[in-house]
Amino acid sequence: MFKKSIVLTLTAVFLVGNVFAQDFIQVKGSDTLINLVQRLAEVYMEYHPNTAIAVTGGGSGVGIASLIANRVQIADASRPMKAKEKTAAKENGVVPYEIVVGIDGISVIVNGDLAVNDLTVEEIGQIFRGNVTNWKEVGGPDLMISLYGRQANSGTYVFFQEHVLAKKDYSQRMKRMNGNAQIVEGIIADKSGIGYVGVGYVYDDKGNVRDGLKVLNVAPDANSEPVTPLVAENVKSGKYPISRALFQYINGMPKGAVKDFITFELGPEGQKIVEEMSFYPVAGEYSENNKKAGF
Amino acid sequence: MAKPDSITISIRKQAWLQLKEKLIEQFFFVHGLLAVIVLIGIFSLLFIEGFPALREIGLKEFFLSKHWDPTSFERESYGLLSMLVSTLMVTLGAMLIAVPVGIGTAAYIAEVANPKVREVVKPVIEILAGIPSVVVGFLGIIVMGPLLAKLFGTSNGLNAVNGSILLAVMSLPTIVSISEDAIISVPQDFKNASLALGATRWQTLIHVTLPAAMSGVVASVMLGMGRAIGETMTVLMATGNAPAIPGSFLDSIRTMTATIAIELGETVQGSIHYRSLFVIAFVLFIMTFLVNLVSDLVLEKYQKVNR
Amino acid sequence: MKIPWKKVQEKIGFMIIRLATVLVVLILAYILYDIFKKGLPVINWEFITAKPRKGMTEGGIWPAIVGTFWVSIVTVIFSVPIGMFAAIYLNEYANKCRIVRIIRLAIRNLSGVPSIVYGLFGFALFTLSLNMGLSVISSGLTLGLLTLPWTVTASEEALKTVPMSYREGALALGATKWQTIRTNVLPYAVPGMLTGTILGLARAAGETAPILFTGVAFFWPILPKFPTVLFQQFMALPYHLFIMSTQHHEIVKVRPIAYGTALVLIVLIVAMNGLAVWIRYRLRKKYKRA
Repeated sequence: MFKKSIVLTLTAVFLVGNVFAQDFIQVKGSDTLINLVQRLAEVYMEYHPNTAIAVTGGGSGVGIASLIANRVQIADASRPMKAKEKTAAKENGVVPYEIVVGIDGISVIVNGDLAVNDLTVEEIGQIFRGNVTNWKEVGGPDLMISLYGRQANSGTYVFFQEHVLAKKDYSQRMKRMNGNAQIVEGIIADKSGIGYVGVGYVYDDKGNVRDGLKVLNVAPDANSEPVTPLVAENVKSGKYPISRALFQYINGMPKGAVKDFITFELGPEGQKIVEEMSFYPVAGEYSENNKKAGF
Repeated sequence: MAKPDSITISIRKQAWLQLKEKLIEQFFFVHGLLAVIVLIGIFSLLFIEGFPALREIGLKEFFLSKHWDPTSFERESYGLLSMLVSTLMVTLGAMLIAVPVGIGTAAYIAEVANPKVREVVKPVIEILAGIPSVVVGFLGIIVMGPLLAKLFGTSNGLNAVNGSILLAVMSLPTIVSISEDAIISVPQDFKNASLALGATRWQTLIHVTLPAAMSGVVASVMLGMGRAIGETMTVLMATGNAPAIPGSFLDSIRTMTATIAIELGETVQGSIHYRSLFVIAFVLFIMTFLVNLVSDLVLEKYQKVNR
Repeated sequence: MKIPWKKVQEKIGFMIIRLATVLVVLILAYILYDIFKKGLPVINWEFITAKPRKGMTEGGIWPAIVGTFWVSIVTVIFSVPIGMFAAIYLNEYANKCRIVRIIRLAIRNLSGVPSIVYGLFGFALFTLSLNMGLSVISSGLTLGLLTLPWTVTASEEALKTVPMSYREGALALGATKWQTIRTNVLPYAVPGMLTGTILGLARAAGETAPILFTGVAFFWPILPKFPTVLFQQFMALPYHLFIMSTQHHEIVKVRPIAYGTALVLIVLIVAMNGLAVWIRYRLRKKYKRA
């Protein structure tokens, strides 16, 4: 009798858990997206009190790994899935659908007092690979460069490595910070620092670039004009060389609450929040891309 | 007829009681054994999960390579050395600060301070032991970092010194409370003999009391060290996490614990990267196990001497 | 008048170790001062009872408090009975044989295992192998293992404070061992065990590394009723402080929230520690009289 009642209670507990779980969306992944998605979720939940959305960070790799393991409904990623991850997903019977929720210009930042304004992608790559170690080698003062980057679980880390370091290894002297905001704080305090963060992180709450911070103009190569990521047009048109899409991955064609939430993200109100968080709205080929997932 | 019956009943009852007693003892024994099971469980799980990676990477590369870059596009590398050096370095730094301060404090409250001061300092130590490591790490970022940057004229304060100071704070309570216990339990006769020979209280402390309490003090240092080696959040937050082999205490470092905390979430279960983190945990486990074992042996010897 | 060198030496020596003590006290004083000074202005009713708002730059930390509460409950429910039973065996039944020495050695070593290793173990065992997923249960059990050595040790201390004569009296009257323990030992030891429980709870509430992979979330404002809450992810005070100081979008803007969170966490833990110390103090007094 006693045993039976325990079994019954446990079954009831699990059933109740499952009933609740239907209204749940678990989002996990990129720290670049986390604040954006958290805000989107917050606003969405005001309209839909029956849907509960939980957001967790940890990095793009964490999110994608969780999607592959079928532990979350949506994975945030600030980089596309790697081939390796796609294979792993396939092996687990997970079919990832890709959605772009916004566009991000990765800004290269230095201390406000540093007398360097422009760098080429090549120069930035050399600096982060540890081949250029003094600012005077790139036209700055005689000062040892101190490097700030993210940890390997970050999509920004991987994206930057692919597109700026030409897939070469980062210098082992680069400080691996826990988050974008910590890089910004580090650079503001460090006269010789250089770092990379999503463009959303360089503004204060009034929309100006933070005091003591300088966003470098970046030239695709030595023959081109350096371009600032602070002008939306530059990033959207691809003139600014280090920009990327912000992805979300879903297992299978999105439906139900997940679909509803993504529709909200890509709708006018969602995209307005994207802009408020200092990213850029989805346009052009990325919109086409989203249509493939039914949006 | 009635008499033998009641005897059998009482014998049966006796037997039942004995069985019950036995069962109850077994019940408690199993729970006692659980500690051993958990310890063996942790050991074997780390070993089983980690071993395949070690075979793939090779012992030589794992322990001797300075390069740790499991997500590299060029060449995935799994070298423990710089993390190991970082962990040892920050632990050493912490001990350089915490050992003199800790033993000094222990000696003061055990031998010099009047009871009122003791009443104040003892709870202070207990509260300090209770401060969560994230809070210490938080202050490391906000208070200690900028302070060190200014003090040493470096560009930032997220380095091994910062980590050492924070870890010293974290391990002080352990060192103070265990050392104090050891010092206080030195028999009064020892001290009286010394004082009677004309030694000052200071000379007695240095030449008689401390040496007599030495094994307890050593054990406290070992335990404090174990704490520093295994501490995660403070070093993760305040040391900058640069994976290069540190050249000096002013360099950013990344310890073994921080590496696990940073990288576990991103790994795919069963991959070499995932497994290699279990190897790091295994090495950590062995290190703290040895440290604890040594302190245990030292303490045991000391208890034998005192009895 | 000439002061003998050894007197001077003593003065200097005592001065140095006094300074060491002052330093230790100052460290704690500074930590508390800094956290209180910058945390107190943030604390109000809303901060304690509201969910985070506006991208976690406003509002409160209620979900983190609730999360920490539930995880600690699971921790205690798991580790306290086991700790008590183990302590009863070690103190009441065991004789000085080899297996007991091994058990004691295991307990001391468990208390030295780094918290991140517990985290890894909990992740592999509870989250993955036992399929508990990322949940309060996974985290609570992981923390339960971590606090186990503390609850055993504290429970044993409590049992040791019960005078031997209590046991002898009962045994002399023909009571069995278990009857003796039940009637003459446990009633007196339970308050002391409570102390250990509270200390374990305080420790569990402040840990971050073990919950990192076993269930804690960046943003999880959903607060379902018991028991559903146990099978879900959660927010927790120490982790909230961690993200607020390292990963949030605007770490400078949310610094007051970080300080407020640190203050709530510290007050919680110090209060629990204080309670434990108070109970212990009362008990000592009681036994002195007895």
